[in-house]
Amino acid sequence: MDFNLSEDHQMLSDTLRRFLADNYEIEARNEQAYAAPYHSADTWEALAGLGTVGAFISEERGGFGGSAEDVAVVFEEIGRALCAEPMLGTLMGLRLLADFGCEELVEAVIGGEARCALAIYEPQAACDFSHIKAEARQEGDRWFLTGRKSAIYGAPGADYVLVAARTGQGIGIFLAEKPELIEAAMIDGGGIADLVMDGLQVKCLSPDATRQIEDVLDLGRIALCAEAVGAMTHLIELTVDYMKQRKQFGREIASFQALQHRVVDMLVELEQARSITIAAVAAYGSPDQSRVVSMAKNLIGRAGRHIAEEAIQLHGGIGMTWEYPGAHYAKRLVMIDHQLGDRTDHALRIASSAPTREAA
Amino acid sequence: MNLEFSDDERAFRDEVRSFLNDRLPDDVARAVAEGRELEKEQILRWQAILNEKGWVATTWPKENGGPGWTAVERHIFSEECALNNAPRMPPFGLNMLGPVLIKFGSEQQKAEILPRIIDGTDWWCQGYSEPGAGSDLASLKTRAVRDGDDYIVNGQKTWTTLGQHANKIFCLVRTDNEVKPQAGISFLLVDLDTPGVEMRPIRLIDGGYEVNEVFFTDARVPVANLVGEENQGWTIAKYLLTHERTNIAGIGFATKDLERFHELAAEVTRDSQRIADNPIYAARAAEIEADLEALRITNLRMLAKTRDGAAGGVESSLLKLKGTQIRQSLQDLYRSALGPQAAPNADDLSDNELTVPVDAARAAPVYFNHRKLSIFGGANEIQRNIVAKELFRG
Repeated sequence: MDFNLSEDHQMLSDTLRRFLADNYEIEARNEQAYAAPYHSADTWEALAGLGTVGAFISEERGGFGGSAEDVAVVFEEIGRALCAEPMLGTLMGLRLLADFGCEELVEAVIGGEARCALAIYEPQAACDFSHIKAEARQEGDRWFLTGRKSAIYGAPGADYVLVAARTGQGIGIFLAEKPELIEAAMIDGGGIADLVMDGLQVKCLSPDATRQIEDVLDLGRIALCAEAVGAMTHLIELTVDYMKQRKQFGREIASFQALQHRVVDMLVELEQARSITIAAVAAYGSPDQSRVVSMAKNLIGRAGRHIAEEAIQLHGGIGMTWEYPGAHYAKRLVMIDHQLGDRTDHALRIASSAPTREAA
Repeated sequence: MNLEFSDDERAFRDEVRSFLNDRLPDDVARAVAEGRELEKEQILRWQAILNEKGWVATTWPKENGGPGWTAVERHIFSEECALNNAPRMPPFGLNMLGPVLIKFGSEQQKAEILPRIIDGTDWWCQGYSEPGAGSDLASLKTRAVRDGDDYIVNGQKTWTTLGQHANKIFCLVRTDNEVKPQAGISFLLVDLDTPGVEMRPIRLIDGGYEVNEVFFTDARVPVANLVGEENQGWTIAKYLLTHERTNIAGIGFATKDLERFHELAAEVTRDSQRIADNPIYAARAAEIEADLEALRITNLRMLAKTRDGAAGGVESSLLKLKGTQIRQSLQDLYRSALGPQAAPNADDLSDNELTVPVDAARAAPVYFNHRKLSIFGGANEIQRNIVAKELFRG
């Protein structure tokens, strides 16, 4: 048993943490994350240059990592710095590009020259993608898509959008180049888009990608869990610092036992969140993958909301202000539960799946 | 035991309902339903309509221009308003300063100020909290130093709600540094156009602007603007806070929020299942409904006590604690029900680009905004202190 990061992972973590601490200012973030294209092209280029995107792909496919642990290491630092760069959409889109042999695109995305996003969900399909309705139609070797996709994270400004749609064989994955999007900021910053398709011509990457989509969504969930762990860690640090500095009734509010206990409960939640994320990383690729990933996403949803609400409350009015960084961390932690299935979706997924047990 | 309102009270409720039905402007009701901050003009327009009916200053006695309602009638009125998407009138002039002047003000202050509150000529805001004095209000530092017939005021107030609309502010200021903190505070009325007074907006977590900071730099304020005696401010402040806590349970708001959740749940589909048919959501909503029904009765029990003159700070603290917990859990439920559709910032999208109704699309900012409920008006931790102090008294 060893819960320490490998030397390579420690180096990736340190590099990213140092870069973001030195170069990623929250004031600038709050400007960029709410105005189109909802991120900074310079920051993206720099992050790609550090090998951040390459860490999502194995060496044999042109990257420098590719394991769930690589993904978790990157996203924990993204979360700690509250980085609003379009990392999630890139991770999921890039993995599918690699799955379907798009070597040139993989190289361009890893190098930061191109960006991709992934369109799976639709207004009525929130977690289980078997409910999607978008349809693909084939005419000779040309493919056309019809339907409405939504919750396309990081799509504004992306060069390629990978789109899931029904084919005769299952659910396929298609590639659209700079499609016209309905774009918005997310409540917690960063870009999101809908894609309305009425015979949009696309390239078919695979007419049946059901298994790959399932895998990439689970990996995205692991990424979100790790991001949440990073954000929780920093938000609790901010809360403790504030309580040590804020004085009311002639003393630091950190000295009030009733308030201390509430921070202790936040810390317990953080440790639970960290542990279930480790469990999900370990289960990735195993028969228990989807069940343990759902446990992680469910727990993170609950813990994230608890820590966010308590952090705001313990700060008082300051925690309610746009100017205070902690407020934005709290928003992110609450809104992570709205991505790739929330605590309810995943509770139902856990309840409906039987654990695989090794024979005693 | 009888949980029903009397015949007269029921007749009053019907009158309020039909009045709201006939007179509440559609645009105002829609803004309330969408959880938007109302325009000043909308609030004043509604105030003028209420004023025609004599229903603006709901907490004031008849001789001062109020309707002279009982506590039960006030409760019925505020509940019906919430259920019909009528805006909560800004309480600063109507429910705070008004009652303070009626109790502590000079005859001249009453004659000059009260009519201007009722007809909307003056918009008052509250200068209580300071950057260093929130829960510990008595530690406030804004100083008022006597100079002839004026006070010279220096300091800073914060969390001044809707100050951007106001032309006047009532403040707690320090007039004596030599005594214990509570004994050196005075209650002072200040014109916001006084030289040396500056208001700056504070942007909140949801991106909106509803609170402000107010800076005082050598602002000259006539001594005649003092309410009550010099250094009587703490007594007045405590009196005012009991008025701030009327309708603190927010039963009407919560009832409305639960109704909105059920409407949404019938409409929104996730993974091909209506939220209304999802047993987890159904159970969560049912539990909140049980909490709310209990609080409704608790509120009526406290109301009956008030009528009998026996209610105090502990009762209103209990109502605030549970009432804010219920409302916050409803905001959480509503936001959660939308799943991924709660994520886009609705203000970036036109109505026909949205996949859910616009009030639903604003669920997340409204949820974040409502985190204030457990912070303002005496943070819930302070309410617990009030109850604990009584519970563990000597």
